[in-house]
Amino acid sequence: MSDTQETGQTLYERIGGEAAVNAAVDIFYRKVLADYRINRFFDNTDMDQQIAKQKAFFTMAFGGPNNYSGQDMRNAHARLVKMGLNASHFDAVMEHLGATLNELNVPQELIAEAAAIAESTRNDVLGK
Amino acid sequence: MRSITIGGSTFSCQPGESVLETLLRENIQVPNGCRQGLCQACQMRSLDNSPPVSAQVGLKDTLQKQNYFLACICHPEQNMTVALPNHQGASINAVVIKKQLLTPDIVQLVLQYQTPFTFFAGQFVNLKRPDGLTRSYSIANIPTHENILEFHIRRLPNGQFSNWIYDELEVGAQLAISEAQGSCHYLPGRQEQPLMLIGTGSGLAPLYGIIADALAQDHSGPIHLFHGSRDLNGLYFIDEMRELAEKFGNFYYTPCLSGEDVESEHIRGRAHDVALSSTETLNGWRVFLCGHPEMINQTKKMAFMKGASMSDIYTDAFHIAQVEK
Repeated sequence: MSDTQETGQTLYERIGGEAAVNAAVDIFYRKVLADYRINRFFDNTDMDQQIAKQKAFFTMAFGGPNNYSGQDMRNAHARLVKMGLNASHFDAVMEHLGATLNELNVPQELIAEAAAIAESTRNDVLGK
Repeated sequence: MRSITIGGSTFSCQPGESVLETLLRENIQVPNGCRQGLCQACQMRSLDNSPPVSAQVGLKDTLQKQNYFLACICHPEQNMTVALPNHQGASINAVVIKKQLLTPDIVQLVLQYQTPFTFFAGQFVNLKRPDGLTRSYSIANIPTHENILEFHIRRLPNGQFSNWIYDELEVGAQLAISEAQGSCHYLPGRQEQPLMLIGTGSGLAPLYGIIADALAQDHSGPIHLFHGSRDLNGLYFIDEMRELAEKFGNFYYTPCLSGEDVESEHIRGRAHDVALSSTETLNGWRVFLCGHPEMINQTKKMAFMKGASMSDIYTDAFHIAQVEK
C-alpha cells in the first residue's frame, strides 16, 4: 500500500486535507471524552490544547505533514504511561478513530490506511 | 529581507526562515513544540501589521482578529513587530467618573481615558493602583465616542483590590489600565447563529458587553442569556436585561438562583444546568461562558458534548488572586 497509489495524491489529500482533520477532531474528541475506559487520560487538561493535539494526531494518521519522531511520541505520552496507559487504551482510541472516519463516510480503504499509520505508533505511545 | 522587532531589538529574518527560527537563532526564548503549526505552543502576536493568514491556521477567530499567529509557520511578508502572548504593552491612565453599587456585593466602576485605546467588549484589562497592586477585570461596554470603560467588580471577603475600590477609590482618582486582552468577545459574521451566554455573578460584565456588541452589529440569530447566582446579591441589571428583551425580539434573558433558601420569582437552579437543559442540541451554536472557573470548566465540556464545536466556545474564567500574606 503506497501513499500515492492510483491518483498520485497522498492519503492526506485523498481524505480531504485540513478540512477533513477539522471535521474529524470534534467528533473524535467527543467519543473519547464519553468513553469511561479512557477519558481520564484526556481529562483535567486544557480542552483547546487537547483539540490542537488531536489535530496533530489526525494529520499524522492521515499521513499529512508532520515532524513527530518516535521519541517525540514517547515523551508526549510518558506521563500517561505512568498513569497506567496500556494496550487496551490504545485499542479504544483506534476504535474511535475508525468510528469517526466511518461517520464522516471516509471510504473503507482510506480508513484502513489511516489506521495502519496510527497503529505504527503503538510501541512509541505505550513506551515499549 | 524582512526584519522582526521584539522588545526593542530588531533581527533579520533570513530567506526561508520562520519567525520562530529567526528568534531562536538570536537566542530569544519562545516556547515551541511541534514546529509545524499544530500544537500552538509558539503563539505570538503581531503588534503592527496583520500576519500572513497562513500563519494563523487553527487559531480561534478572535485571536486571529487580534493578529495572533504561530511563529513556527510564519514566513513574514513584510517587516513585523511581534510580542509573546503574555507581553504587557504600555499602560494608559484613566479617571474614575462613576462608582455605584449594583448590589451590596457588586460595584459598577466607570473609567474615562484620553489616550487612544482599542478593545472589544468582553476582553479584560489589568487595573493598577498607585502602589502597583494589579487585578484583571472584564470590560462590560462596547467602544463609544465617550472613551469610557465599564467594570462590574465583586467585593471579595479578603480582596485587597476590590475592598480598596469599595472603601477608598473616589470619583476623580486615576488608575493605570493595561492593553485589553483575552479572546472571549463577539465577532461579526455568521449573523444567524444562535448564541448561548452563561455567566455567574459579575461574570455578567463581559456578557453584557458581548450582547451589546452582537445587537449593535445586527446579530439576527437568537441570543440566550442565563445569569446565575447563589442568592439575590449576585443578580443585578435585572430590569435592564428585561428592557433589552422587550426591545429586541431575538434576545432572551433567564436569571437563575441556585441557593437553597431563596424565595424568589426567578428560576431555581444553577445557570449552566438551566441553560444546557433548555435546548436539545448546541450543534451550530456559539457559546460564551464567564465567571467561576469551576463552572466554566464543567460547562465547556458539557457544551462541547452537547454538540458545540470547540472553536465556537469562548470562555473567561474569573480566577481569584492568591491573598499575599
